[in-house]
Amino acid sequence: MIETDQDRLLKVKGLWKVFGRNPINFDPQDTDSMESLRDDGAVLAVKDVSFEVKRGEVFVIMGLSGSGKSTLIRCIPRLVDPNWGEININGRNVLDMDEKELLEFRRYETAMVFQHYGLLPHCDVARNVAFGLKLRGVTPRDRQDRARQAIARVGLEGWEHHYPSQLSGGMRQRVGIARALVQETDILLMDEPFSGLDPLIRREMQETLIRLQKEVNKTIIFVTHDLSEAARLGDRMAVMRQGEFVQQGTPEEVINNPADEYVERFVFDERQILSGNKKRPPFGPTQKTRFKKSTPITPAPAPLAAAGRR
Amino acid sequence: MFPDGWHYNVAPYINSFVKWLVVAWGPFFEAISNLVLGMLLQIEAVLKGVPWWAGIIIITWIAWRQTHNLLKTVLPGLLIFTIGMFGLWEVAVETLGIVIVAVLISLLIGLPMGIAMSSSERFNAVNTPILDAMQTMPSLVYLIPALMLFGLGKVPGVFATVIYALPPVVRLTNLGIRQVSWDVQEAALAFGASRWQMMKEVRFPLAMPTIMAGINQTTMMALSMVVIASMIGAGGLGEEVLKATNRVDVGKGFEAGWAIVVLAIVIDRISQAAAKRWEPPQR
Repeated sequence: MIETDQDRLLKVKGLWKVFGRNPINFDPQDTDSMESLRDDGAVLAVKDVSFEVKRGEVFVIMGLSGSGKSTLIRCIPRLVDPNWGEININGRNVLDMDEKELLEFRRYETAMVFQHYGLLPHCDVARNVAFGLKLRGVTPRDRQDRARQAIARVGLEGWEHHYPSQLSGGMRQRVGIARALVQETDILLMDEPFSGLDPLIRREMQETLIRLQKEVNKTIIFVTHDLSEAARLGDRMAVMRQGEFVQQGTPEEVINNPADEYVERFVFDERQILSGNKKRPPFGPTQKTRFKKSTPITPAPAPLAAAGRR
Repeated sequence: MFPDGWHYNVAPYINSFVKWLVVAWGPFFEAISNLVLGMLLQIEAVLKGVPWWAGIIIITWIAWRQTHNLLKTVLPGLLIFTIGMFGLWEVAVETLGIVIVAVLISLLIGLPMGIAMSSSERFNAVNTPILDAMQTMPSLVYLIPALMLFGLGKVPGVFATVIYALPPVVRLTNLGIRQVSWDVQEAALAFGASRWQMMKEVRFPLAMPTIMAGINQTTMMALSMVVIASMIGAGGLGEEVLKATNRVDVGKGFEAGWAIVVLAIVIDRISQAAAKRWEPPQR
C-alpha cells in the first residue's frame, strides 16, 4: 500500500547497520547469518530500529557516544548505507533509490547540520550558505538572494564576506544551520550540532533553534548525548544503547518513567533539576578539598550574549 | 661471484624496441615534436618581445602586488638586472621559455594523473613505483632515447625535463586531495554533491595549497634539469654552463650558474606568494 498518510513524514522500519568484514549476506531473519556475523567480530551499529516522525515534529535521538546514534542519522540520507530495513519518506523507500534518485533526494528532501560544521574553508559565509543551492544548479543571483535571507534568519547579517576561520564555533554552526535552512527541505537532520560549543553558547543556539522552528516548522531529527538538550528541544525522543532503541516517548515520559536502569542513570540528573531539587549529584566543584576556604559557589550571571561579536 | 651461466641482458631488447619505435612511430613523434616546438617558439617570441627594462618592471610590479614589502619588491628586479649585466639576458629568456613549456606539459599530464591517483588505490599502487623510477633514474639514460625520438634540439630537452619534473606535482596533487578533511566532504555529500561536484567544489579547491606547492617544486626541478638538457642541444643557460665547463672557465661558469639561481629564486618567490592566495584566510 502506498503511503498516503500525510501525518507520518518519515517512517523507519527494522533498520540494521552492520560494520564488519563481510556484512553483505546479512539477513536478520536468518539466524545462521547472524551467528557467522558474530563469529566474524562484526559490530551491530544499528540494530532493528523502528520509529515514525510526524510532519513538523522534533524527534531527538539520545545516547552515549558509540551507541550508534550518529550512524543511525547518517542512514537516512544514506551517507552510511544500511544493510536491512526500510526508510520511508514521502511514501518512497530511500533504500530502493538508485544513485541518481539518491542525489536528487539529498538535494531536495533533506538538509543536514554536523557537529564539526563541515564548512568550506575557502568560501565566505555567503558562498557556504549557498553551497547546497549551487549543487542544485540554482543561478548565482537567485542563490545570493536566498542565502542573504537565510543568513539574516540565523542572525549573521554583516558577516556574509567573512571566512569560517574568522568565526567562533557558535557562529560557524549558525552558518551550518543557515546552509541547511536555505534548502527549504521538509526534513532537517542535525547530528550533535551544539555538542562542540561551550554551555552558554549552546543554550543560546538551542533558543535560536526553537525560535527558528516556530518560524519554519520543519521536521527535525536531532541527535544528542545531552538529556537536557533533548528535553528542551524534543517533541518526542528515543534513547539509544548499543544500536538499539531502549525507550521511545515524550521527554516527560522518558524522564518520569525510565524504561530500565540505563535510562534511569541518564535521567537522574535531569529529574533532580526538573523537580526543583537544586542538589546536584557529587561531581565538579563539590570536591571541597581542593578549596582552602569553602566559598559558596554561585552560578556566574549569564551575560547577554550578543548574536555576533564585532 | 654471480654464476656466469645465469647472465642475461635485456639491453638488446630495449635497443631494438626503441629502434622499432623510431621507425614505426616516427611520424607520430614528429607530429608531437612539431606541436611542442610551435608552442615553444610562440612563448619564446612573446618573451623575447619584452624589452629588458619592461621585464624588470613587470617582475617588480608582480613582487610588489604579492608581497607589499619594499625589500622583497626591489630584490627580484635587481637580481634579474645582474643577468643582463653578465650578457646572459637572451639565453636566460630561452631557458625561461623551455621551463614554461615543460611546466605546462607537466601540469597537463600531472594534475589529471594526481587526481586519478587520489581516487583509485590501484592506479596509485601502479603509478607510485613509476614516479619513483622517474625521479631516481639518471637523466642521461632517458636523454638518449628522447634524442632518438625527437631529434636534436629543444624538444627532446623539454621532454627530458618533463620526465624529471613531473613527479612532484603528481605526488602533491594526490596527497593534497587525500588530505581533504572528511567532515567537509561528508557535508558536501549530504547536500547531494555528485562525484564531479565533489572534486570541483570541495576536494580540488581544498587541496589547492598543497597542489601549488607541487607546482612550485615541479618548476624548480624543471629549472635544474635545464643544464642537463643542454647536452642534447636545448640551448639556454645550460649551454653556457656546458661551454664554460668544457673550457675550464670557472668565472663564466659561475656567471651562468648565478643566472640560473636568480631565475630559480625569483620564480620560487613569486609562485609561493601566488600559492598563498589559495590558502583560506586566518583570523
